[in-house]
Amino acid sequence: MMVSAGTLPGRDKTSRVSNATRVGAEPSRTARAVILGVVGVVFAIPIVGMIIFTFRDGLTGTYTLDHWTGLFAPDAARTYRNLFTAIGNSLTLAAVTVAIVLVLLLPTMLLVHLQFPRLRRVLEFICIIPITVPAVVLVVGLAPVYSIVVRTFGGSIWTLAFAYGITVLPFAYRAIQSNLESVDVITLSEAARSLGANWFSVTWRVLLPNLRRGVLAASFISVAVVLGEFTIASLLNRVNLQTALLQVSQSDPYVAVIFSLLALAFAFVLLLLIGRFGSTGRDRSPSA
Amino acid sequence: MTLLSTPTIAPPTGATVELVGVVKDYAGHRALSGIDLTIAPGEFIALLGPSGCGKTTALRALSGLEQVDQGRILIDGENVADVPVNRRDIGMVFQSYSLFPHMTSLENVEFGLRMRKVGAADRKRRAREALEMVGLSEKSAQYAHQLSGGQQQRVALARALVTRPRVLLLDEPLSALDAKVRVQLRDEIRRIQTDLGITTLFVTHDQEEALAVADRVAVMREGRIEQIGSPEELYTAPLTPFVANFVGLSNRIEAELVGGAVVIHGQRIESLGERRADGPVVAFIRPEDVAFAPTGIAAVVVGSTFLGSLRRTQVRLADNSLLMVQHEVGVHPAPGERVAVSFAARPVAVGPRA
Repeated sequence: MMVSAGTLPGRDKTSRVSNATRVGAEPSRTARAVILGVVGVVFAIPIVGMIIFTFRDGLTGTYTLDHWTGLFAPDAARTYRNLFTAIGNSLTLAAVTVAIVLVLLLPTMLLVHLQFPRLRRVLEFICIIPITVPAVVLVVGLAPVYSIVVRTFGGSIWTLAFAYGITVLPFAYRAIQSNLESVDVITLSEAARSLGANWFSVTWRVLLPNLRRGVLAASFISVAVVLGEFTIASLLNRVNLQTALLQVSQSDPYVAVIFSLLALAFAFVLLLLIGRFGSTGRDRSPSA
Repeated sequence: MTLLSTPTIAPPTGATVELVGVVKDYAGHRALSGIDLTIAPGEFIALLGPSGCGKTTALRALSGLEQVDQGRILIDGENVADVPVNRRDIGMVFQSYSLFPHMTSLENVEFGLRMRKVGAADRKRRAREALEMVGLSEKSAQYAHQLSGGQQQRVALARALVTRPRVLLLDEPLSALDAKVRVQLRDEIRRIQTDLGITTLFVTHDQEEALAVADRVAVMREGRIEQIGSPEELYTAPLTPFVANFVGLSNRIEAELVGGAVVIHGQRIESLGERRADGPVVAFIRPEDVAFAPTGIAAVVVGSTFLGSLRRTQVRLADNSLLMVQHEVGVHPAPGERVAVSFAARPVAVGPRA
């Protein structure tokens, strides 16, 4: 004989949820300050060095504003025409690359996450591959492809975005994936569908607002990567910001450094915008 | 806990729901093996069973979130098996918190009405009424993270009901809540369901929850409905050993079937009219059907548990098997005490011995 007692299995679920395991201790305020300070100095030294350099007079060793004011001189547009064209090219490339990320990568990731979860690993592997391939090797592979691209789409600068769409994949994928993992998109989409929403409404009204931070991060990181890209553009004989900076630096290194600084500042602003506009109403609302 | 106000949203018409021969396979595993289930208009049915028995799959098949491989799903006679979920006119509350995090409670409740292109004024009025119905009108501007788990599930309930769906589906909506909130919310769900008269299917693995709220309970096992009946029927007359074991507390006792009677340790008890050949069986006897007696089967008290209005005592019989006895709290059997037990009623079920 034996006794079998009916159990109430749901009861222990709450305790499981509330008892999250904590791994390691949080660093102290001092430790955090030291870490932040060291990392900050590592990043700041070259930037400060660049800033100081732009104010140096190469002949006398004194400091001057001439290098900065020279950018606004009446003949600057003509003098730096190639540089300004290159900036326009890079911005065009950034826009097209972001469009590729939003139109191809984001819907693919949503589709895999919601409908084909078994393909997640495959997609992750594919998206991470470009980070393991050196740009030079990538160009070797892309060169014959681009002969076809040029025949099909012409030699316009924007076609370089096809290559950049590949190089930004690892960064854009990680940004979106981390957001996807933090939101229960499956339950949210099922709830929305049960309330009468079609797939467009599910995506537009429910998923994208909750993935805004990831999508913005992917977009802005893509912009930053494109603005800093040199190897592919150079080896495929295209003009972008970095190739133009190299060219300018041979005749006027101060202007090259000034534009590098401005590009960095632009990237910083983009990162700040991620924090500002990436938060949802939920994040901005006061706590109850 | 605040009691709910009387529902002010227009009561939906309860629909008849039928699952006919529904089969669902997952990569070689049969999750549903020909489910047949009819739910009357306004009826509250609970699907009860252990994890992996197919209860959630059955609910998701009815909702349209899972496509069935065979069978028909009828709502008011219309086969909706091929109708996508967003056109089935069902309301659903999920196990995990499913409020849209970027929307306030009111915006969440408005969502279904927005999808149905209801005008802004009417939409807001109905959403506020639905929040009032679940007692959360003062939380209309709060986001999900500012609400407790119970409040989130109440908003989810309001969101599911505001569109006046034909069927309400509840997929273990209480399982993430703590015990006290669970009991309160389940009673509130039942009250609202009764007031609205909406046909409801409630999935749970908690037998206490199912027996407390449902008109009828369907016990599922391995993709089939093992038994369906009122909570009383399931408890007092389970058709199978599985149901007897799963619903309520049972003593599972090895016995002999002799001439239609169950013989346990020499004590002869009338059986339920089992047409089974004489021989070894397993009898399922409720703890409340076992009593201490001046004479009977000799036993030694192992331990006793105080349960408020009653007490359960575990005793060990001569063959070392254990037996649970439910009795008044005034009786205090001490561990090691020698007692005698007898059976006050016949077994609720008898099954073959494994």
